[in-house]
Amino acid sequence: MNDWPLWEIFIRSQHGLAHKHVGSLHAPDAEMAVKNARDVYTRRNEGVSIWVVKSCDIAASSPGEKEPLFEPANSKVYRHPGFYEVPEEVKNM
Amino acid sequence: MHDQARFEYLLRLGDNCLILSQRLSEWCGHGPVLEEDIALTNVALDLLGHARFWLTCAAEVENAGRDEDQLAYLRDAGEFRNVLLVEQPNGDYAQTTARQFYFDTWHYFLLRELKNSSDSRVAEIAEKAVKEVTYHLERSSAWVIRLGDGTEESHGRMQRSIDDLWVYTGELFEPDAIDVEMRERDIGADLESLRAPWLEHVQKTLSEATLDAPSAGWMQRGGKRGVHTENLGYILAEMQFLQRAYPGAQW
Amino acid sequence: MVEGAQLSPEEIQFQERIDAGIKIEPKDYMPEGYRKTLIRQISQHAHSEIVGQLPEGNWITRAPTLKRKAIALAKVQDEAGHGLYLYSAVETLGVTREQTIEDLLAGKAKYSSIFNYPTLTWADMGAIGWLVDGSAIINQIPICRCSYGPYARAMVRICKEETFHMRQGFEIMMTLCRGTPAQKAMAQDALNRWWWPSLMMHGPSDAESTHSAQSIRWKIKLFSNDELRQKFVDQTVPQAEYLGLKIPDPDLKWNAERGHYDFGKIDWDEFYNVIKGNGPCNRERLRARIAAHEEGSWVRSAAAAHAEKRAKRKAA
Ligand SMILES: [Fe+2]
Ligand SMILES: [Fe+2]
Ligand SMILES: [Fe+2]
Repeated sequence: MNDWPLWEIFIRSQHGLAHKHVGSLHAPDAEMAVKNARDVYTRRNEGVSIWVVKSCDIAASSPGEKEPLFEPANSKVYRHPGFYEVPEEVKNM
Repeated sequence: MHDQARFEYLLRLGDNCLILSQRLSEWCGHGPVLEEDIALTNVALDLLGHARFWLTCAAEVENAGRDEDQLAYLRDAGEFRNVLLVEQPNGDYAQTTARQFYFDTWHYFLLRELKNSSDSRVAEIAEKAVKEVTYHLERSSAWVIRLGDGTEESHGRMQRSIDDLWVYTGELFEPDAIDVEMRERDIGADLESLRAPWLEHVQKTLSEATLDAPSAGWMQRGGKRGVHTENLGYILAEMQFLQRAYPGAQW
Repeated sequence: MVEGAQLSPEEIQFQERIDAGIKIEPKDYMPEGYRKTLIRQISQHAHSEIVGQLPEGNWITRAPTLKRKAIALAKVQDEAGHGLYLYSAVETLGVTREQTIEDLLAGKAKYSSIFNYPTLTWADMGAIGWLVDGSAIINQIPICRCSYGPYARAMVRICKEETFHMRQGFEIMMTLCRGTPAQKAMAQDALNRWWWPSLMMHGPSDAESTHSAQSIRWKIKLFSNDELRQKFVDQTVPQAEYLGLKIPDPDLKWNAERGHYDFGKIDWDEFYNVIKGNGPCNRERLRARIAAHEEGSWVRSAAAAHAEKRAKRKAA
């Protein structure tokens, strides 16, 4: 009863980047989680937008699945620009 | 000769923020939960910021070589111009919440008026402050509802505090000669006109909180002309101690 | 490394990841000892932050100027934030904040011994920022690179904020030292009282410290207590000289051969007594935390009850 649920806090910074996980806090409801997040995690002007998600509502990949989940991407080196050789005299590539 | 009415008016604005901030800062490190400790301290910091703007502005109008610190630290209780409400003790969290709720509601509607002040400094400070005070008001209103419509115990505590502090709300809307002059010069707000929106927000919030609104009755007054409750003397004894013990020192 | 022989294959793999500089995350495998050590270390650190609010907090209402009052408020508020970040890191290890705080209030958990000393004058606000936050930075910067992800990330946030704490403290000292003779005496007196406790803050000597070696292997500690203490002394002595203050240690002198300052013997008897509860303010500090927790109880229940009512109404 006394325990407020835990919320994960995501904040989008000034520079238009995506929301980023910054930490967590306790709050009785979503409204207060947003307000507390503003007070706890943006004391130095760190953000322009706040998302809060109840920690227990987050589904996460499990570390055991790391290889099946991420290995395939690892092997697709051709997705990265560094994979391609560009002659030095060719500019603006 | 400086503009005495304007000076006094700015002192009122500054002293309200200063004394309430001083009260709130007593909570720092002792809040009911870490998140609240941090949030309440933010409100204290905002109000302290406003106090510094108003008092600096007052010192400039006075033009007697005083600054914000001399005004804050070297006036005695009789020279303070804050309303009685803000000097009331913190009590329990319900009492702190009720005091904040009554004040924030008034502060919000007042600053909205002052944004249109013919004095550009006043308008500028109000414009900046009202953004923070909008948040204060949302916060304290939500807490009144939460505590009023929480448990039986919190409901009882909240109702008691709402009732206890009611007597200090009348003064907020009673203009005296200075208020009238400031209003006529388009510098200040029409205090009487703030009563209706204040009451509407208070009643709406209390009803959502399942609390009874106190009925009109005898009101305490005096803060604006320097006649305070016993509380202010203690607040100043603590706040001003270093400046009084080491006159003229730089800190 | 005698234990090496008894490590299970999982533990060996775990140690390899740590050696390779890979961060351990909450759901990853970790040896029970690693988890326990982290819980103990992070929660002690969290408790230190919130107990640490108290000695400085008691000067907020007496701050001598409005600017100093604003700085003090912001600083002490930051410490509450640090406590919050760190309790959150403990929660990722499966222990709720409520449980962690209960251990503190029951007297079962430790916090930094330095916060059991009293703040007697305004200069103590300067000395704490300069010396205590200064020590904390030295201890904490390496932890930003520790092996446990949530702890390392919390430390990054905290360290960013600590620099402001140290600077405002030094500025208070500087102002006092340039002020009246009474103010300068106040600054010297604060240094006299806070110097030795600040040296103790880095923990017992490595020879005495029970957990050091394993923690260093696990990269939840990156330097030994003695190394960190030496770093603090080397950094602080020239700052004291700049202020024109005298460090209260007759044995303090530059050792050109070592390239470090030598300093006198620390009174570890005092240290262990303060840890045990015999410091000047242990009881007040704990009582203040207990009072806040108990008096806050009905507030926390009310908010939870209200949230539940609202959720029900919404569902209906
Ligand atoms: Fe801290
Ligand atoms: Fe710290
Ligand atoms: Fe700090």
